[in-house]
Amino acid sequence: MKVLLRNPRRELEMDGPMRVHVLIERLSMNRESVLVIKGDTLVTGDALLDDADEVEIRPVISGGGLF
Amino acid sequence: MIELRRHNAGFCADCFLHHCREQVRRAIDEHEMMRPGDRVLVAVSGGKDSLALWDILLELGYEVDGLYLGLGIGDYSNESGRMTRQFASERGLQLREIDLPADMGFDIPTGAQAARRVPCSACGLSKRHLFNAAAVEGDYDVVATGHNLDDEAAVLFGNVLRWATDYLGRQLPVLPAGNGFVRKVKPLVRLGEREMAAWCVLRGIDYIVEECPMAAGNKHLGYKEALNAIEDQSPGTKAAFYGGFLARASHLFTPEAEMEREDLRPCSSCGSPTVGDLCAFCKLVERASR
Repeated sequence: MKVLLRNPRRELEMDGPMRVHVLIERLSMNRESVLVIKGDTLVTGDALLDDADEVEIRPVISGGGLF
Repeated sequence: MIELRRHNAGFCADCFLHHCREQVRRAIDEHEMMRPGDRVLVAVSGGKDSLALWDILLELGYEVDGLYLGLGIGDYSNESGRMTRQFASERGLQLREIDLPADMGFDIPTGAQAARRVPCSACGLSKRHLFNAAAVEGDYDVVATGHNLDDEAAVLFGNVLRWATDYLGRQLPVLPAGNGFVRKVKPLVRLGEREMAAWCVLRGIDYIVEECPMAAGNKHLGYKEALNAIEDQSPGTKAAFYGGFLARASHLFTPEAEMEREDLRPCSSCGSPTVGDLCAFCKLVERASR
């Protein structure tokens, strides 16, 4: 499967099938800090991804000049 | 569609959007943030929180204009400005703009350097000053900002670590009007930033995903990472931390903040409230233009 990562933007190839929560763990990410997007919708941690899937793992943490 | 572990629940898209609207409605009612007919100015950055806030407030029936502040941070500012304008124009909304380089003569990187502040400090100071000044000038009743539960929990965490009692006294979801300030409200305090990003994805809102290059490695992001590590092990911790502070501790610190507010007087240069002769923003402008 193709996995798009952000900040910085890059792509990875991973072998499926794999559950979303396993993918997040393998990438050493915190599930509280990301959304997983397939097409134009969100997928939950127990969703099964296969070799043909393309997903984006989007970070949701931002922080800057708080006011 | 999306699971929210702190609620021990999964939501389909429609139920999730309903949940977000209800959380904002509850925050507004619980803290008496706004009244029907108030003119609201939302501070928009092109990021997920402020665009989602603008969208939700409109859905709840409020009269809301936007104010975008161009910070002069290269491609990041160009892109965030483009996304904000696109959001407003697609919906026929009124967007006010202030451009720091064009209107004030400095950008955040050079202004921060000249004033010997870290960029996030110069940025926050500029936003506080200019959003309030624009709201006064535009005769708005309230300034709404996109601070969410994660922002507030992280700020609280930092303030408690240093026992910054003056800041703790001001860390409220509503700061009342008076002494030259327009009422300032944070309607997203019951929603986390993962929920705000999900709102934007499900509503088809294009926002700037890239992090501000000036914010990389700042303390605030470090606090968020630390809290998310705890949240991962114990869902609901952030909401309990911040909600508990509001319910059981914030009143202990407000007298100090209220006393500070009584000492405010108009800045000799711009008229904005300040404790000194010249306000911190005017000092920043003066140093940046040397």
